[in-house]
Amino acid sequence: MDIVVCIKRVPLIQEVDLEINDAQTGVRDEALAYVINDWDNYAVEEAVILKEQLGGSVTAITVGSEADEEVLRRALAMGADQALRIDPGSRQLDGFVISRILTKAIGTMTYDLILTGVQADDDNGGMVGSMVAEGLGIGHAAVITAINIKDGEAVVHTELEGGMDEVSKVKLPALLSIQTGINEPRYVSIMGIRKARKKELKVTDLESLGLSEDDLTPRTVVEQVFFPPETAGAEMIQGDAGAVAETLLNLLKEKGVSK
Amino acid sequence: MGHIFVIAEHRQGELRDITFEMLYKARALGREHAHTLTAVVLGGPDSGFGDRLAPWADRVVVMEDDRLSAFDADIYTAALLKLVTDEAPFLTLMGHTPWGMDLAPALSVRAGLPVATDCVDILLEEGGPVAIRQIYNGKLYSRVGFKASTGYMMTVRPGAFSLDEAPPEDGAGEVATRALDAEVPESRKEFVEFVDTGGGEVDIAQADLLVSVGRGVGEAENIDAVKALAELLGGTLSCSRPVVDRHWLPKYHQVGTSGKTVKPKVYLALGISGAFQHVAGIAGAGTVIAVNKDGKAPIFRVADYGVVDDLFTVVDALKEKITSG
Ligand SMILES: Cc1cc2nc3c(=O)[nH]c(=O)nc-3n(C[C@H](O)[C@H](O)[C@H](O)COP(=O)(O)OP(=O)(O)OC[C@H]3O[C@@H](n4cnc5c(N)ncnc54)[C@H](O)[C@@H]3O)c2cc1C
Repeated sequence: MDIVVCIKRVPLIQEVDLEINDAQTGVRDEALAYVINDWDNYAVEEAVILKEQLGGSVTAITVGSEADEEVLRRALAMGADQALRIDPGSRQLDGFVISRILTKAIGTMTYDLILTGVQADDDNGGMVGSMVAEGLGIGHAAVITAINIKDGEAVVHTELEGGMDEVSKVKLPALLSIQTGINEPRYVSIMGIRKARKKELKVTDLESLGLSEDDLTPRTVVEQVFFPPETAGAEMIQGDAGAVAETLLNLLKEKGVSK
Repeated sequence: MGHIFVIAEHRQGELRDITFEMLYKARALGREHAHTLTAVVLGGPDSGFGDRLAPWADRVVVMEDDRLSAFDADIYTAALLKLVTDEAPFLTLMGHTPWGMDLAPALSVRAGLPVATDCVDILLEEGGPVAIRQIYNGKLYSRVGFKASTGYMMTVRPGAFSLDEAPPEDGAGEVATRALDAEVPESRKEFVEFVDTGGGEVDIAQADLLVSVGRGVGEAENIDAVKALAELLGGTLSCSRPVVDRHWLPKYHQVGTSGKTVKPKVYLALGISGAFQHVAGIAGAGTVIAVNKDGKAPIFRVADYGVVDDLFTVVDALKEKITSG
């Protein structure tokens, strides 16, 4: 089973005051810390689990700058065999362009299965996987919470709304977008990442992939990034912990839910 | 003057709310900009969906075929490609749902129409349509324009537009039945079954007070502190998705789109950022109280009361107050 897994490095946003850049088209990224996109972390783990069960190889790919290699090294440390970074240079990227780049790169490889995360924690777009599958002309399914490979087919669970899964059989090769919780991603130590430096990490640029100008033309353009519109918002309870607790308990009493 | 298409979504014989939310928005846009509104529904034979959608749109296109009974991205893409090629709608809307996320991007590539996903608002401006989206889990918004095209696609966030229970009084769309006339490939997917994943010992949907814990709790061992508070308050413990993903609590505790929709009198959110998939599950809550270290967490935009502090500080202070009477 040869598996390709597409991953992305994203900023950590919890407990961070995001600032908008001067052009108002994105965030100021100087002060941000980065991690592997949570969904992609589960996708890498799933790829490695399947390889451990069935043999074969795992190739991790990202479209990004040198700094993004961090997530590839992490994937190698988790058990991927090789990694590929495609440098987009200064090109404007949207989900469509990224999908074209990945389609071209993966199109030259041998694979049985392609995994992506359901979405990335920055743009929350959730479109690249399905677009890559279409580009490659293979079957696809989204929001996957379980995979069992049997006789050239993947029996998968698609997570639907409200605590319901749809079980289906998907012919291979296929692209599956992975939902969080599908497995328990293994811990990666600094030592492990250092060791994985021996594994191959290839870098290529857009020119060598032979993409057309149309492939590289974004279909969507972020015209402006802005802070959420004002809402009434929450009434903030101030004071020391004791005073806050007292206010909260009074509130619960008032709403008729305290014991 | 063009057409707006809304692709209906249904499951197990029921049209889903997102269908009507999209129709509601599309109808307003159509009125304002003189576009006609077509509801499109793909389904198995004799679904009866056509008549149910008729009051909401100018026209309903019903495609019924055995091969359309279960959602199948391959077959749905082929069927819709033919339809949007034949009729060239100006704007096509689908739900940003697990099925829509699977279908819309692939269709967009095959039809050569640009798509914006998970839109919370739609503007039709002179220069072309504009999608309003949330990014960074709702911490920021973006205004997204499109490369000029004959048609555009958007997937719409569930709950972004209001759900008008009663159909509009002046609506009476004609229902046109269309055969599945596209070249349909052999499917690469076979539906097996639906399985329930949400059941368990406790039904959080019945609770009056939910003490709900998010990833901010940090690690499994810390859950006990919150559990103890829930018990002292006579409330029920619930959680956000990452807590279940990490196996800190079983799935039946999860609130949100892929968990349970709850309607407690009070919802106390501890260390939960307020992603839309979570807050969609608490729309029916009476009072929402949020405790979060991050004053900019989106949860404060939907909460009635907020405390910016470490959740453990607040949890300990509450326990202390209760036990000391
Ligand atoms: C298809 C799909 C379905 C989904 N379904 C659901 C669903 O049903 N339910 C759901 O919840 N999510 C769901 N999600 C995930 C959702 O997008 C978010 O990732 C998730 O809700 C985040 O959970 P959280 O708020 O606990 O974690 P985070 O977003 O990581 O937030 C943690 C918060 O805790 C705060 N914090 C950290 N430490 C402390 C502390 N000591 N004291 C106080 N505050 C602290 C941080 O400031 C932060 O705001 C779904 C996603 C997808 C793509």
